[in-house]
Amino acid sequence: MTDQRPSTAFGPEPTGDVILEVNHVSKSFTTPAGQPLPVLEDVSLRLHEGEIVALLGKSGSGKSTLLRCIAGLIAPTTGTVSYRGTPINGANPGVAMVFQSFALLPWLTVQANTELGLQARAVPPAERQKRALEMIDVIGLDGFEEAYPKELSGGMRQRVGFARALVVQPDALLMDEPFSALDVLTAENLRTELLSLWGGKDFPTKAILIVTHNIEEAVQMADRIFVLSSNPGRFKTEINTDLARPRDRRAPEFEAMVDRIYRIMTERPTPEAGQQTTVVEPGLASPRDYPLPHVSVGGLAGLLEILNNLGGREDLPRLGRLLTFEIDDLLPIVDAAKMLGFAEVADADIELTAEGKAFVEADILTSKKLFATAAAAHAPLVRAILRALETTKDGTLSERFFLDLLQGGFSQDEAQAQLDTAIDWGRYGELFDYRAGDGQLILTPADDMAA
Amino acid sequence: MRRPRFSPVDVVVFVAIALLLFGILRLAHSLNSSSASAHVAVISTDPANLPYYAARSLLRIFIAFFLSVVFTFIYATAAARSRRARIVLIPILDILQSVPILGFLAITVTFFIALFPGSELGLECAAIFAIFTSMAWNMTFSMYHSLITQPVELDEAARMFRLTKWERFWRLDVPSSMIGLVWNGMLSFGGGWFFLAASEAISVGNKTYTLPGIGSYVAAAVDKGDIGEVGIAIGVMVILVVGVNFVFWRPLVAYAEKFRVETSESAEQPKSYVLNLLRESSIPSYIAKPLKPAGRVLDRVTRPFGLAEYPLRSPEYKRRAGDVVFAAVTGAVIVWGVYRGVVYFAHTAGFGQFARCLYLGFITLVRVIVVVAVSTVIWVPIGAKIGLSPRLSRYAQPVVQVLASFPAILLFPFAIVIFLALHLSLDYGAIFLMALGSQWYILFNVIAGASAIPTELREMADQFRFPWKQRWRELILPGIFPYYVTGGITAAGGAWNASIVAEIVTYGKHHLVAGGLGAYIAQATAKGDFAEVLAGIVVMSFYVVVVNRLLWRPLYRLAETRYSL
Repeated sequence: MTDQRPSTAFGPEPTGDVILEVNHVSKSFTTPAGQPLPVLEDVSLRLHEGEIVALLGKSGSGKSTLLRCIAGLIAPTTGTVSYRGTPINGANPGVAMVFQSFALLPWLTVQANTELGLQARAVPPAERQKRALEMIDVIGLDGFEEAYPKELSGGMRQRVGFARALVVQPDALLMDEPFSALDVLTAENLRTELLSLWGGKDFPTKAILIVTHNIEEAVQMADRIFVLSSNPGRFKTEINTDLARPRDRRAPEFEAMVDRIYRIMTERPTPEAGQQTTVVEPGLASPRDYPLPHVSVGGLAGLLEILNNLGGREDLPRLGRLLTFEIDDLLPIVDAAKMLGFAEVADADIELTAEGKAFVEADILTSKKLFATAAAAHAPLVRAILRALETTKDGTLSERFFLDLLQGGFSQDEAQAQLDTAIDWGRYGELFDYRAGDGQLILTPADDMAA
Repeated sequence: MRRPRFSPVDVVVFVAIALLLFGILRLAHSLNSSSASAHVAVISTDPANLPYYAARSLLRIFIAFFLSVVFTFIYATAAARSRRARIVLIPILDILQSVPILGFLAITVTFFIALFPGSELGLECAAIFAIFTSMAWNMTFSMYHSLITQPVELDEAARMFRLTKWERFWRLDVPSSMIGLVWNGMLSFGGGWFFLAASEAISVGNKTYTLPGIGSYVAAAVDKGDIGEVGIAIGVMVILVVGVNFVFWRPLVAYAEKFRVETSESAEQPKSYVLNLLRESSIPSYIAKPLKPAGRVLDRVTRPFGLAEYPLRSPEYKRRAGDVVFAAVTGAVIVWGVYRGVVYFAHTAGFGQFARCLYLGFITLVRVIVVVAVSTVIWVPIGAKIGLSPRLSRYAQPVVQVLASFPAILLFPFAIVIFLALHLSLDYGAIFLMALGSQWYILFNVIAGASAIPTELREMADQFRFPWKQRWRELILPGIFPYYVTGGITAAGGAWNASIVAEIVTYGKHHLVAGGLGAYIAQATAKGDFAEVLAGIVVMSFYVVVVNRLLWRPLYRLAETRYSL
């Protein structure tokens, strides 16, 4: 390999022919304020014949963006994606994709949906029909050929998604969180079936690339797990999962690996060489560098309450399993608890702090006061809004003012989401209020402020 | 499961199709009839001829509808898929939407007659074109909107699976626009009847042109002053409107449900007897069978047009150069057009006409405002009452729909008889005539709005014993507001258009004229003074655009942000 990759690979590079090669790909979008917003930074990756690779990352890691670059649906800002050695400039001819939301055409029957890709490749009708029926059979949709997608359950719909992708016999199968829109049992069932098909010798595709935020799913399916960090998405580490198939979720090695990845994903971002290593107290940092996790106060209080009942300390993977939370549900709450100083995380364990315990056990008014103090001290955006409102005569500022500032560092949607979270926190702590009619943020007068 | 080979349902469907084909063949033959007096078909007011006239009118409106669909497919796709085309096409569409169609008639009639000398075909084309312009813009906007809001993952799937441009259009673009297209098509079609009736008998430059049709039948009856025959024609018209709804639109609306993108079912499934009949019958599948290979051939033939894909990167200089050329050409065309327009007016009507038109336009504007205001005062309370009662609205909705589709111009003779009896000046009477057709849009939309207020909210208001004032202020008015805005803008547009036929009317030997821009355009048309017609149209479009920007747009935005349920 020519690229300079951090030496965290846990095993040798696989030996199969390279199907897809991602070469130093970066992607940035433009914020409404006109500044570049990096989503992916210098990511390199190869997909070889005979392997399943999982792209694992929290939200904001750009994993879906990376997948769309590989599929040739969007262009990387810099870097290239090659299929079998040829750089692509348009939809990648060697792959087929399974979508999170299925992306079936609701006006076509199961069979017509399955034939879609064959038809586009000008396969003659008779052969088209034969191949589609075979694939429908393989994927377990027999008897549903004439059904329309809206008559099917989510799991059956995703089977159509698989059949449609596999019937064109792509070199590589791309999957964008294919199981995340399904309920837990259906997802597990479909995953297992897909893996047993993959193990069979007639499987029509040579490699699979799956995007996921579910650690257990990655460990269960992948030969290599490629972990991305967030904001922007960068290569974090690569893990070879050489567990024997079929993999047993309850096996100690399996759990150990899940724990290890949990640890990797919850540790604070390691400062890169050349950057200053002093840890900035988040409360004094800029709202752009420490975005608020999108968490409602209710969700935060609920988690802390449960943690308190569990004795104030719990292993994160176990907590996730206990609540049947996926990592994207759990980690933002954990991040919020950490930011406010209500909990600490070390080695994939979360522990309630003294402030956190006081917050959980106090009555409603006291806990509001505690929350207000913590938010004003530790949440950068809440603190910045408070400071700004205090400088005005009437304690009132338009939301536009804050949105314009935030749009320097966030996309339009993200800026709005940041402000919404800050308003939720500010209202709960009775620090400031928001009037939807004219979009004004209003400082709560000192005499009835809870803090 | 195999269906029996031939069922009674099949007989019904078969007979219906055979009759339809026979009718079209008969009519097609007569379309190109050339007589000595090519442009003045002799209209006999013998009611026995009415079925034939009605069929001719029906064929006309369906041809116009078909052309509107073709236009929509091309124009909307171009605007949605090409960045450069969009910059030009969307503003043009926006303006076309505000242009009073009837004003155009003089110009198009002359053009088409010159195109087909000595044949009825030119006049036929002009009428079809007038109906087409009343339907097409609305449908095009609807499809354009559907295309640009297409779900991202469907677009990605189409590109990923390498559909050709042709396949993508028929598998994804048309189906995903279908629901909006059918609903807007139905509304536009309803509006089209008015222009059908108005375009079958027109006078341009002291010549009167007539086409066999129900509109010209009424015109002839009016000339004779025979109110009884007008009444019969109106009866036939009602049958036409209701019949087309029953055999064509209801089945289409019910069928379009198949194309709903949300994968959950909608709350209330539109039903259609005719569609059920067709679904029971095996004849449609017999007809579809030979069409399938044809579809496959088309798929293959269009393959060279390429994939529905575009290169992710194209050289920057190439794009820039394209933009520069495009901007230069567009700019040149605009400058040249304005220059030619200025020269034309300077040599013909003179710019003084614009001042006159602005003054007359203001008078018509006042009429339009009165129409909308009075219709609001009358129909909002009634519409809300109907809409809030599910039982009432079930009966009232189809009736109001027919009223809104019915070409009010056919009712003008009755109104004029009353005006003459009361010695009422048309300056005021025109308001009534304009309101005849346009008021229903307000009623129709208010009913729809009131029936969309959630039952829980109504029950809440009952439970807290809201006094009637509070009930209106806090529940009903906010609930119907977005619908009212839609109704208001449509009613105002209809009133502007109607002013061209309402501000100057003839009944037998009586001629009534009101001061206003509509009368100005109609008189200029009769004189054959194209410069004046053009000046009138420009000024009327200007008024419509200004009122839309200043009044309706802000109201729309308010409705969307504040009052959407």
